[in-house]
Amino acid sequence: MLIYPNFSSSLMTINKETVKKISKLSRIASNEEFENSMIKDLNSILKFVEQLNELNISNTEPLSSVVDQKLYQRDDVEKKINEKKDILQNSPVKNENYFVVPKIIE
Amino acid sequence: MADNKFDYYLDGKTGKWEVIIGLEVHAQVTSRAKLFSGSSTKFGSDPNTQVSLVDAAMPGMLPVINKFCIEQAVKTGLGLKAKINRFSKFDRKNYFYADLPQGYQISQFKFPIVGEGEIVLDMPYGTKVVGIERLHLEQDAGKSLHDQDPENSFVDLNRSGIALMEIVGKPDLRSPEEVGQYVKKLRSIMRYLNTCDGNMDEGSLRADVNVSVRKQGSQQLGTRCEIKNVNSIKFMQQAIEYEAKRQIDIIEDGGTINQETRLYDTKKNETRSMRSKEDAHDYRYFPDPDLLPLVLDSEFIENIKKTLPELPDEKKHRLMNDFGLSSYDASIIISEKDISDYYEDVAKNSDYKLAANWMIVELFGILNKEGKEIKDSPVSAVNLSKLINLIKNGTISGKIAKTVFEQMVQRNENPEVIIEKSGLKQQSDPKELEIIIDNIIKNNQDKVIEYKSGKIKLFSFFVGQAMKDTAGKGNPQLINNILSKKLK
Repeated sequence: MLIYPNFSSSLMTINKETVKKISKLSRIASNEEFENSMIKDLNSILKFVEQLNELNISNTEPLSSVVDQKLYQRDDVEKKINEKKDILQNSPVKNENYFVVPKIIE
Repeated sequence: MADNKFDYYLDGKTGKWEVIIGLEVHAQVTSRAKLFSGSSTKFGSDPNTQVSLVDAAMPGMLPVINKFCIEQAVKTGLGLKAKINRFSKFDRKNYFYADLPQGYQISQFKFPIVGEGEIVLDMPYGTKVVGIERLHLEQDAGKSLHDQDPENSFVDLNRSGIALMEIVGKPDLRSPEEVGQYVKKLRSIMRYLNTCDGNMDEGSLRADVNVSVRKQGSQQLGTRCEIKNVNSIKFMQQAIEYEAKRQIDIIEDGGTINQETRLYDTKKNETRSMRSKEDAHDYRYFPDPDLLPLVLDSEFIENIKKTLPELPDEKKHRLMNDFGLSSYDASIIISEKDISDYYEDVAKNSDYKLAANWMIVELFGILNKEGKEIKDSPVSAVNLSKLINLIKNGTISGKIAKTVFEQMVQRNENPEVIIEKSGLKQQSDPKELEIIIDNIIKNNQDKVIEYKSGKIKLFSFFVGQAMKDTAGKGNPQLINNILSKKLK
């Protein structure tokens, strides 16, 4: 799982399996050439980020936002605009009311 | 309650098995607009008519949180006696599915808005406290229809972006019965709070059910399977029973359980593996850069606390302590908000104890027979309270009241009118009753002698005669008193 990875524990390396998995999860078509170039790029990025490990952050709270502002909130008011036509316009396949997609049932 | 011991263990070839269950309940927040857009949340509208550009995930659209949905989540948290987190955050949960236009669901992963709480269940073997792990806010997905076309699925995004509360329970449940009670209690709390309508038919309340098994007496947890998106209590219970037996068979045959996501097929009554969910737990959560952290000040939380209504558990104690209801009766009255509201309407204008008796015995008898819910009750709360008052002030006897009640069920009529029209009013004039009783004594001298020589059982014979001679309308209390005096 790549959930909030803890970079400080050990150097993470990207191998072919990882690239294949991320491609699959992201629905990005992959081939040998693409995978090799990704392994190179991603590892070099990780290595760059790895420099942060030189800092001692044991007493630093994780940063949640760089914006010094409160979360903007809106009132519970309905906006009564029917945008059906606009949003369906972008669907490759549709009928009068629905987006139409290949059958997704198990 | 010594006979009522917990005993839900499943028999396997090698002995008895205990079933461990934990629920993740998805409850739709009652609100006018969606969690991050102004689209309506109304159920049953024409497809794709309540989808804003935000809900359709058009490029450049930004989410703005609905303040009321935050209040609703905090309110629900307080109702679950849970810790409210002053700091929470929104994360992206990434997966691809046709009814998820963003390609991710905005949810709360690491810092949920509500922390640990509890729900108290009334089981036949006593009360049981079930832990709540957390409650967080997230977006609902759209809806796919699979039965409209043989080749294709149809997608309706009206539901996309409606606020959901995911309520994660601890694995404290041990039987389908407890699961049923848990869902009912949770639903009842949310209905009292008006934070979720709990309508399972419309999908406002659905659950993922985690099931594992272990040998009776073992303390170790087994590997669990997650049954996705079950939308009725009955199906949850059937799915658990099937899944537990499946796991027991595998383990007893020397196999091991794979941790996986399964779906429950309601037609075949079986669970099966969902291949599309192989990577389901690889959601690559990360903080949503479009949303700042949600920080609540204590005043905001205190203000919501002040608006909390009386909740089912508190109400139960009040009914028992202040009005002497039994634990059983009180549990039934508080079980559903609709029942509780009806009860209050009847009781506050009549009598708390009699109101409970009449509802539980007579009214629910009729409702069960006719397969109706309390909101469709053929007898209104006003008329039932009138009937109870007529019994209380001696206008009619309890027995006559049942006859009147039957007529009220036929046509929700004022019981005062029914009594007037049918001449069912109780005969409570002591002088008239005395004349009738004197006659009975005169015509049954032999019985009087027997009675006086010790056959005291005959007393009921005289009462019966008096009731007969008054066509059932004699005031039983008065008849008893007069007879006691005359037969001394």
